[in-house]
Amino acid sequence: MAHHSIYIVLFANTVKAGTILLFPTIGEIFAERAGILNLGVEGMMLIGAFVGFVVAYTTKNPYMGFLAGVLAGGFASLIHAFISITLRGNQIVSGLALTIFGGGFTTFYGQKWINMTLTHTLTPVKIPMLSSIPYIGMIFFNQDLIVYLSYIVVFVMWFILYKTRLGLNLRAVGENAKAANAMGISVYKVRYGWTFFGGLLAGAGGAYLTTAYAPFWLDGITAGRGWIAIALVIFAMWDPVKALVGAYLFGGINALQFQLQATGTTIPSAILNMLPYIGTFIVIIISSIIVKTRHIKPPKELGIPYIREEK
Amino acid sequence: MRRFLILFLVLFSISMWLGNTSYAKQDKIKVAFLYVGPHNDGGWSQAHDEGRIYLQNHLPYVITSYSESVPEGAPCEKVIRDYIHKGYKVIFGTSFGFMDCMYNVAKDYPDVIFEHCSGYKTRKNMGTYFGRMYQVDYLAGLVAGMMTKSNYIGFVAPFPIPEVVREIDSFTIGLREVNPKATVHVIWTNSWFNPVKERSAAETFIANGADIIVSGCDSPASIEAAKKAGIHAIAYDRDIHDKFPKTVLTSRAWHWGVYYVKVLKEVRNGTWKSERYWGGLETGIVKLGKFGDTVPEKVKKYVLNREQEIKEGKFKVFEGPIYDQHGKLRVKKGEELSDKDKLSLQWFVKGVVGSIPH
Repeated sequence: MAHHSIYIVLFANTVKAGTILLFPTIGEIFAERAGILNLGVEGMMLIGAFVGFVVAYTTKNPYMGFLAGVLAGGFASLIHAFISITLRGNQIVSGLALTIFGGGFTTFYGQKWINMTLTHTLTPVKIPMLSSIPYIGMIFFNQDLIVYLSYIVVFVMWFILYKTRLGLNLRAVGENAKAANAMGISVYKVRYGWTFFGGLLAGAGGAYLTTAYAPFWLDGITAGRGWIAIALVIFAMWDPVKALVGAYLFGGINALQFQLQATGTTIPSAILNMLPYIGTFIVIIISSIIVKTRHIKPPKELGIPYIREEK
Repeated sequence: MRRFLILFLVLFSISMWLGNTSYAKQDKIKVAFLYVGPHNDGGWSQAHDEGRIYLQNHLPYVITSYSESVPEGAPCEKVIRDYIHKGYKVIFGTSFGFMDCMYNVAKDYPDVIFEHCSGYKTRKNMGTYFGRMYQVDYLAGLVAGMMTKSNYIGFVAPFPIPEVVREIDSFTIGLREVNPKATVHVIWTNSWFNPVKERSAAETFIANGADIIVSGCDSPASIEAAKKAGIHAIAYDRDIHDKFPKTVLTSRAWHWGVYYVKVLKEVRNGTWKSERYWGGLETGIVKLGKFGDTVPEKVKKYVLNREQEIKEGKFKVFEGPIYDQHGKLRVKKGEELSDKDKLSLQWFVKGVVGSIPH
């Protein structure tokens, strides 16, 4: 194997590992833009991962599994939506509860699925023309369909956020719910809608993990990726395109810890294993500084329940 | 309604009667097993569970039970005490991390027998047991050395502890005996059972040109990765040839059942004594699995011949000269590494690429 091809494989794996983070990060960006902080990403990912795996296993169709995982994540998010929007409960507590619930639920029902492996997983589909671009083609355009879907999601969500009325309404609700309501926007509907969307994408991240990246079931298989996604939202400054950069950066750190060991580094492996989490700290520190100096602020209404005034 | 009541009463009395008769069989010995993972993890804990079933099938006077995914450390004390209160007389703890809690509980119950796998703390009523897996690792190394074409072997390793270092070293000794150009690359996952990391590690090796992946961890994830890439693998814990006939060259398998039967026979006869058991190939507690479909007869013959020599004590894996990774002579010609040194091994032999974090 030629030496440069190692890096192509590593970067291609980076994109795959990054995709697991990219979906939930974008989902959380939009929920937060609507003013809903959902700390239940890890739990929703686990539920998406588990349901995705079980359906892919029983139907022998990874795409069915992925779809089921997406929907399962969406339904899980409705618990959080109901508590934080309808009941106006504390969003932090509700989100944490959702994460704990996701862990418990999947551990309990996952018992008999442990150590089973999917026989049918997502396979790469080369995109004609694009895949023949040197380096770039093999890294980005020789992937499975879900990875391509993630590219589309980034572009479409960027477009919706900045170029459509839907995005305008969303931003209005997140910045000033009262004013948005006065403009005739239903704050409840917008918040329910985007929280659900956030759940769908968290489910997508989890389901991608178990139908493509690691096609087996194991307790807590997401291993903190939901938390990394929440950190990436801040790194991305609530912007879908920056989320893509952040997700791939973390995917790269993940691939790097193994590559460094394989080439016989003297850095202790325990430190290499910590890299993604050390990276999270660094990212938060850097992005906090940028946010301060550039006056970029999180959505003003983030975490604040909205109470509609009687007319 | 009345019919149901009668039926219920009949069933109730039958079950009471059945309950009483089994209670009457006082001479049965109740044996409990503690697993660190799920009993069907496809690796370490499953190998022990197969040993438990083997014991159950071989000795009619034994009743077995198990607890799976028992947390290592303090919580396992409660699990053990519960078993003892239910009348269990022999406790097998099948993971290193159960050592301290078994040691603590064993003090309170001198009439209960404790058997701890892979540890080093013993009492009058607590023994340890393990197998000389390094002999099998060496044989697997011979197979890999004769089968590799790229001379790049990837070893997916759990923790940098002597047990695992010994496995990597003995494998490399076998590998380099027949193929001095081959090297073994090591990735630590820092976990016994983490399929995601094991798979990522295997994929990294494959990207770097490995054509044989050795699994030192307890899930088959790295074997799956090798199968997907169309290369070979060497399995650990259990003989999984039948599941991967083209991928797996051979397996380094545990056969705990032979030891469990030995212990329970001794318990029954009243001859059991606490000891540090470390059985080799000749005892059957460790064994080389079936050869893969692609392994030629010539290779099989060479390996089986060596296996026989080890069983008869004619060949010793850690016999000098052995050089470490940096070229320093560690074992002189004609000498053998002592069991004490084997059990505390913390250096890589020549041919290993990787480092042991201290």
